[in-house]
Formats: sequence, structure tokens, C-alpha cells
Amino acid sequence: MLSAASTGKGDEKPSKAKATGSRTLFEKVWNAHLVRPENQDTPALLYVDVHLVHEVTSPQAFDVLRQRDLRVRRPERTVATMDHSTPTSPPGADGRIVFLDRQAESQVRQLERNCQEFGIRLYPLGSDRQGIVHVIGPELGLTQPGMTIVCGDSHTSTHGAFGALAFGIGTTEVGHVLASQCLLQRKPQTFAIRLNGTLPVGVTAKDLILAVIAKIGVHGGTGHVLEYRGSCVRSLSMEERMTVCNMSIEAGARAGMMAPDDVTFEYLAARPLAPQGPAWDEALARWRRLPSDSESLYDREVSLEVSTLEPMITYGTNPGMAIPIGSPLPDTEREPAMEKALQYMGLKPGQPLLGHPVDVVFIGSCTNARISDLRLAANVFKGRKVASGVRVLVVSGSQQVKKQAETEGLDRIFREAGAEWREPGCSMCIAMNGDRLEPGQYAVSTSNRNFEGRQGSGGRTFLASPLTAAATAVTGRITDAREILGRS
Amino acid sequence: MKPIRVVESTTVVLPNANVDTDQIIPARFLTVTTRHGLGQRLFADWRYDKEGNPRPDFVLNQKDTRGAEVLVAGDNFGCGSSREHAPWALLDYGFRAVVSTRFADIFRSNALKNGLLTVVVDEETHRALLAEPGIEVAIDLEAQTLRLPNGKEVTFPIDAFARFCLLNGKDELDFLLEQESSIAEHEKTLPSS
Ligand code: SF4
Repeated sequence: MLSAASTGKGDEKPSKAKATGSRTLFEKVWNAHLVRPENQDTPALLYVDVHLVHEVTSPQAFDVLRQRDLRVRRPERTVATMDHSTPTSPPGADGRIVFLDRQAESQVRQLERNCQEFGIRLYPLGSDRQGIVHVIGPELGLTQPGMTIVCGDSHTSTHGAFGALAFGIGTTEVGHVLASQCLLQRKPQTFAIRLNGTLPVGVTAKDLILAVIAKIGVHGGTGHVLEYRGSCVRSLSMEERMTVCNMSIEAGARAGMMAPDDVTFEYLAARPLAPQGPAWDEALARWRRLPSDSESLYDREVSLEVSTLEPMITYGTNPGMAIPIGSPLPDTEREPAMEKALQYMGLKPGQPLLGHPVDVVFIGSCTNARISDLRLAANVFKGRKVASGVRVLVVSGSQQVKKQAETEGLDRIFREAGAEWREPGCSMCIAMNGDRLEPGQYAVSTSNRNFEGRQGSGGRTFLASPLTAAATAVTGRITDAREILGRS
Repeated sequence: MKPIRVVESTTVVLPNANVDTDQIIPARFLTVTTRHGLGQRLFADWRYDKEGNPRPDFVLNQKDTRGAEVLVAGDNFGCGSSREHAPWALLDYGFRAVVSTRFADIFRSNALKNGLLTVVVDEETHRALLAEPGIEVAIDLEAQTLRLPNGKEVTFPIDAFARFCLLNGKDELDFLLEQESSIAEHEKTLPSS
């Protein structure tokens, strides 16, 4: 296995792992899924444990199966839901769901037909398990340590929080996995992100990952699988870990992973699709062997002391353009990319962001729409009102999150404050379903991409945590939540 | 897929770094269920104004760029979303190769699977290409070279398997299906849960 797993790339020195027999978390998962190792001529053949499917990136893949008269090789390893273009307004009195347009509706119907024809489990609109694909996988207990998980969606990196190797693929590869349950992959490099210390009060997992991306850059992780390590990771809840791993792709990384521990196992225990009984004990023994054998096995590494972090916010048009919320914008002299970004954003070099007025606040997406995110936001809204002229959308990541929030009365807090409490889905994270910014509008958003037009043509996005989003909603201006909630 | 050997064409230059797939093809056009016709939406928000009229200052709206098959792009082209609609849109528009100093991983994988060449060049060559839009280049996949009008040739890396498939018009899916017995063998070793 050792030599067979070597990459065959001439310019690469054998990693320390191969010399010592020690392995990283990533290498353990990779090796366990090798149907065939890679060589100079051919990539590795990697087995896929779980394949997640949604309406937008799958229709052309199912078409290929039909054209070539192929079946889905392992339908029981394939799970589908609809989330990207689905409306977040409730069905009408007659039960009818109103889509943005006929094309969006027909794409969703196409997914229903494809799942039926190929025998794939689907959590459709109306199911109490429907939601954003990366929220429902973990919720179901489908996402488990040591697995390979893929989806035609770049934020599949979310599932790496469990110690799974999870990454986004294109539609051609969706077809490959449907037909063969395998992918052809070159082995990525490994990159340890050491996070030491404890996050200060009022600084969240979102701020942490924005700080990491600002540090390594939007292509800092290209060709690499990130492994988040260090005492900070151990102190994070599963939902916080998912927020961090979710945005690994925004640093260009192939995937982001975290070693599983008791926090992981506790989260998974008794989830509907997690192993039960003796299978659970067996799985647990396997999962406990996953963490990396040593600190010194990585191709690259970077360290970040987190105890001095501030809440982070983006100011530009990629997620790496982020600063501590109280800092002025950087000087852009002789940096055309920065200048172009600030021009799009309507901002000036050196100006402060605090106090900048916004039109919309979006609390949602696979980054920050789990129950703990909604609790953070609700805590700010409680007893306060949304500032006049500001539109606030609160969009749960899944039906289960929505139900839980309603059980806790969070929906009432949001509504009483004047926010919209909407149905689960991707919503204004990607603006495919009609939830979108108007040209020129400013939004603070808990989602993951501030690309030009991402939240609607001409819309201008500041990415931030649910705390910052909620604090901004009640003042109408970019606000440090600690000014409202205090710092202790 | 048709075999690909050489792409000879003039270049179009889009120098911005970190062009993400949301710019290449905005999400609102992703509700299609086929892979055809996306070329008219390529770079839609840069190419058209709010009323849908072409913006004269955008490079693809300039007469002398018509018919060019090689896009010279800034660093880290194709970052962001995994949408394969991005290479589909570039190909449907008429591009057959993109040249940059770096590509995002998923974009590169998607592009090569569809026959859109991703050519990584050194910074000096990149600067030369950026400085002279519209020059004639020849990209030879077999030799893995890009030739400039002054005769200078630079080599570019490309995954051996992707190159083999492109040169021979082979489909990766065929290769995967031929692995059936190894896959079945592997499945016997999987934990039961
Ligand atoms: S919430 Fe946004 S980032 Fe997440 S899957 Fe949906 S569209 Fe993609």
C-alpha cells in the first residue's frame, strides 16, 4: 500500500508519513477508500460512501445515465433534497407551492422524476427532513467520521467537521458517482491550520474562518485538504465546526477536515441514520483511530492565535477581503483588484465600516442557519426592533432547524422584532429563488460568498456572523454586537 | 467527445484576478436542465447592462474579439462554486482554452472533462499575454506547449490522464465502468453500517 499510494508526480518528495508509517486524518480516510491507487498515468480510483444530490447540478448527470442505459450503482448510498431554487414563502391556502418561474419549477420536478426512476431517496419540499443539503446530512446522521462524501456543490466541505473527506464535484463527476460509486482523483496535499487558544466572548466560528481565509488568501488552500487542529477546535461545538469547515472552499481548498472526538460522537449518537447497537460500538472503535498520528505530517502548516480575534466582516468581493469589524478599510493604492472591488462596493480606502448603513440583513445558508446560529441572532433581537427601512430575512437551514426554533419560541422573537421568518432553503445566499438584493442594495449576510451579484445583480454583500448580522439589523448600520450585548 | 490536439487562435484578455464562477455564469441562469445555450449568458453581469444591452466597454462586446477561442485570464480563474455550467458557458460561447497562472481545482477538473483546455503559464509569459490582447497563439496539447507569435514556446503541465482522454477523445466514464470488478471487490471490505 505504501509505495502504491505514492503520487507518481516526479517533483514531489515522499512525505514524512510514508517514511515513518504515521498517517494524517486525511491519509487514513483516503487510503481506506482507494479502489486503485494513483500512478503517473492514472488518477486514484476513490470509493464514495455517500453521494448527496440536489436539483441544480444533477439533471444533466441523470441524462447521461439515460443516454447510456446505466443504472445508479448504489442508490442506497445516494440521498437527494431540493434547496437551491426552492421558494422560502409558505405554500398557499390551496397547498400550492409558487416557484419563481416555470424553469425553476421544472428543474425541481425533474429531480423528483429522476429520483423516482433511479430509486433514490428524496427529501422533497413538504418533507419534514427537507433543507439545505449540507444541513440535513449531519442532522440525519448520514454524515459520519471516516467517510468519503461528495455532492455537486462546493460547500460539501462542511461535512469534514466530522472527520469525513468531503468535497464538491462537477456535474460530469456526479454522473461518474451515480454510475460507478467512484471518482478519479489525484491525491491532494495536506495543510494543517493550527488554531490555538479560546475564542473571546462575542467572537464566533464565522469570525474565526473569515480570519483564516484573510490570512491564507482565497487561493491559499488550492490543491490542499485543510486540517483544522489545535485547542480551539476541540472547544468548538459540532455546529461551530461545520461553520468553519463549510468555508474551506473559500480559501480554495479541496476540503477541510477536523479529527472526530467525543463532541462528534455525542452529536451523532441516536441520529436516525447513525449506526445503532453493536454497529455503533464497532463504528466508534473505528472512528477513534482516525485522528492524525503525529503533528509533523503535513505538507504545509500555519498557526493562528484565536484569543485575540475580533468579529470579522468582509468589505470586498471575495471572502478573503475581510477585516476586524472596528478596523478601517485597507489602502488600495496600486492594487487594481482591490480598487475594482471597492468601486463595486461603493466604498473608499481607509474608511470605517462600522456605522455603514445597510438595506437588508440575511440570516441563513449552510454556513450559519443551524439552531445555534438562530439562537445567537435571537438573543440580539429579543426585546428589540428591526431598524426602520431594513428588510431582515431569517431562513432556517432545514425543516428540523425551523421546527426546533419554533419549539423554543425563536420565531416569535424574530417576528416581533419585525424580521421575516421564512421556509428553509438556500434563499438569498445564491438568489436563485427570487429572494434577492436589488441593484445597489447593501446587505449584511451570514452566508459564505460576497462575489459580485451573488445575492442578486448589483447587490453588495458584507459577510459576517449571525451576531453581527442581528446587531446590524436592529441599528440599520454595521454594528459590533458587543456594543449591544456587552463584552462579558 | 472529439479528440483535441491543437488550438490556434487569437486571444481575448480578461486580466482580473480571482474571477469566480458566479461571474462566469450567474446563478440565476442555473435552472436549466441541459448543458446547451449558456454561451449567451457567459459573464452576463459584466457583458450586459440592467436593460440587457451589451456594455460597449466589456471585452467580449468588442468587434475584434469575435471568434477568438483562447481566453487569457487573471490568476486563480474559476474560484468559488463547483458549477460545471461555467465551462459549459465558456465552450458554448466558443472558447476552447483558458490561459492563466492558476486555476481553482474544481473548475479545472470540470473544464478538462468537457474539452476546455486549462493552460497554466509562468508569470512572465502571463504578463506578455496580458500586455498584448489579440495575438495569435498555438496551444499544442500533445507537446504541452503554448507558442507565442515571436516563436517563443513555453511548456505547460497537464494531468497525464486528462491529456490522454482529450487527445484520444476518450470518456472517463468508460474507464470507470471498466473497473467494475475492482469496485465490487472493494465493496466487500466496507463496514456493514
Ligand atoms: S446555502 Fe448557499 S452555499 Fe450553501 S448550498 Fe445553498 S447556495 Fe450553496
